[in-house]
Amino acid sequence: MKVEQISIFLENRPGGLEEVTRILKDAGINIRTLTLADTSDFGILRMIVNDVDATSRVLKENGFRFSRTNVVAVEVPDRPGGLHGILAALAGSGVNVEYMYAFVERSGQNAVMIFRFDAPDKAIEVLRQNGLTVLPGERLYTS
Amino acid sequence: MIWNEEYETLPREALEALQLKRLRSLVERVYGTVPFYRNKLEKSGYRLGDIHSLQDLASLPFTTKIDLRDTYPFGMFAVPMERVVRIHASSGTTGKPVVVGYTRRDVDTWAELMARTLSCGGTTKGDIVQNAYGYGLFTGGLGAHYGAEKIGAAVIPISGGNSKRQIMLMQDFGSTILTSTPSYALNLAEVMAEEGVDPSTLKLKCGLFGAEPWSEAMRKEIEKKLHINAIDIYGLSEVIGPGVASECLEEKHGLHVFEDHFIPEIIDPETGKALPYGELGELVFTTITKEAFPVIRYRTRDISRLIPEPCSCGRTHIRMERISGRTDDMLIIRGVNVFPSQIEAILLAIKGVEPHYQLIVDRAGNLDTLEIQVEVGEQVFANADEVKVLQNMERRIVKDIKDYLGVSAKVKLVEPKTLQRSEGKASRVLDKRRI
Repeated sequence: MKVEQISIFLENRPGGLEEVTRILKDAGINIRTLTLADTSDFGILRMIVNDVDATSRVLKENGFRFSRTNVVAVEVPDRPGGLHGILAALAGSGVNVEYMYAFVERSGQNAVMIFRFDAPDKAIEVLRQNGLTVLPGERLYTS
Repeated sequence: MIWNEEYETLPREALEALQLKRLRSLVERVYGTVPFYRNKLEKSGYRLGDIHSLQDLASLPFTTKIDLRDTYPFGMFAVPMERVVRIHASSGTTGKPVVVGYTRRDVDTWAELMARTLSCGGTTKGDIVQNAYGYGLFTGGLGAHYGAEKIGAAVIPISGGNSKRQIMLMQDFGSTILTSTPSYALNLAEVMAEEGVDPSTLKLKCGLFGAEPWSEAMRKEIEKKLHINAIDIYGLSEVIGPGVASECLEEKHGLHVFEDHFIPEIIDPETGKALPYGELGELVFTTITKEAFPVIRYRTRDISRLIPEPCSCGRTHIRMERISGRTDDMLIIRGVNVFPSQIEAILLAIKGVEPHYQLIVDRAGNLDTLEIQVEVGEQVFANADEVKVLQNMERRIVKDIKDYLGVSAKVKLVEPKTLQRSEGKASRVLDKRRI
């Protein structure tokens, strides 16, 4: 029930991001969502794409340092306290959130959040026990 | 001003006779006490008593930094540890430093040589010497300190750094002599300008600068900005520390090598052949009075030439031209000797760091900066795509470089394709400094 995400290491320099989007465009890859974590010197671009294997291949060909990481997509009830309910359930179980970001599309009436957990399997178990919906990768890769 | 009139102005003939006597005794002594030298001398065909003239020195084998590494830490000491009263160390080419020792007499000799050096810049009793060379394993601080005390000058052992405090003490104590690296002197001038301190109101009259290469243009700049005379001094731990050679105020042209203690040679770095006076090549020193850590024909890797013409200051000791470069890839960063191979060894010892790096040396204002561009390794990124993991790695590199080498570096993580894929060492170092 995990989602494969692509993380790319980028130096902070003009045109760095453009290079990635150009390479993906040329390979016909659709970026479903992305987030950029940055420091003064470097950034990590994380994204969910429609074709993880093809993305890996073109990034490798172009000499990028990237990794494929497992993240968890969770439906978040679109109302006050929706996100809090998720985090509260996880906090009690000792699972740590390394980072999180929003998915651009809704899933029915719910928003979707992408989480990177230190213990993803345990997190998924806890979320399910709390009646939350964990989405499979296939639901995200294609619209 | 000449500290030791008798020895510093010894007629050449008498000086050379003294050198020969001392050289012969040195070679015989190390042959008996240092297995390394015994082996090397025997292999070169030397037999006890073979030194008949100073020309015979050229037939003796060289000593290199690699030899000092192979005998780490005390293998080159020519006296038992009971007679060693001081140990210093400088950069080796790998993680381990080069260790040098001093007997009580060596410490006295060193003080004498630094008293001569400081006197070259006009230092006398009554002067206040602000010693901004680093104290510690580095020979600069304690070397200058003992020399100043020997003269009877008052030493301020402030060590390097803390520019505002340096300037405050210059103003309040009335320091007359400054000892530091030349780039630090320029940094002080800059901070003075920022703080609105007029250098002409200070009592500073002369600065003795060494431990890093500098130029005539830099001398002019220091002299103008600080309203002082700037003198170039030379030394290296393997030979004794500072106090090997010094310019005189009279000429400021070439550094007098204290020849009653050291014999300089210039060799072709490729063939090892001794070159005649005036030719540019690698400086080689033989220490003829040192007890604990004598060296025979030590290859400094510094490029210079010898100037045999008599000097107007009255000293008869030969002069060496200011150092114009290196025959190896050693970098001098804020007075600290750094070999790229040392940095590589430190990087490789850190988990997840791959040996793909580039060193960028530059000068911001008047201070050297070292940036280490390190490629983000495949392994480390595959296991963690988090900012904090990479930042921890950066911090670890900075800390290890500081801990092992004593220099502050900035680490920049880069994409794999940023760095050239070349086995050549040259591409690993980009020195943008204009000295």
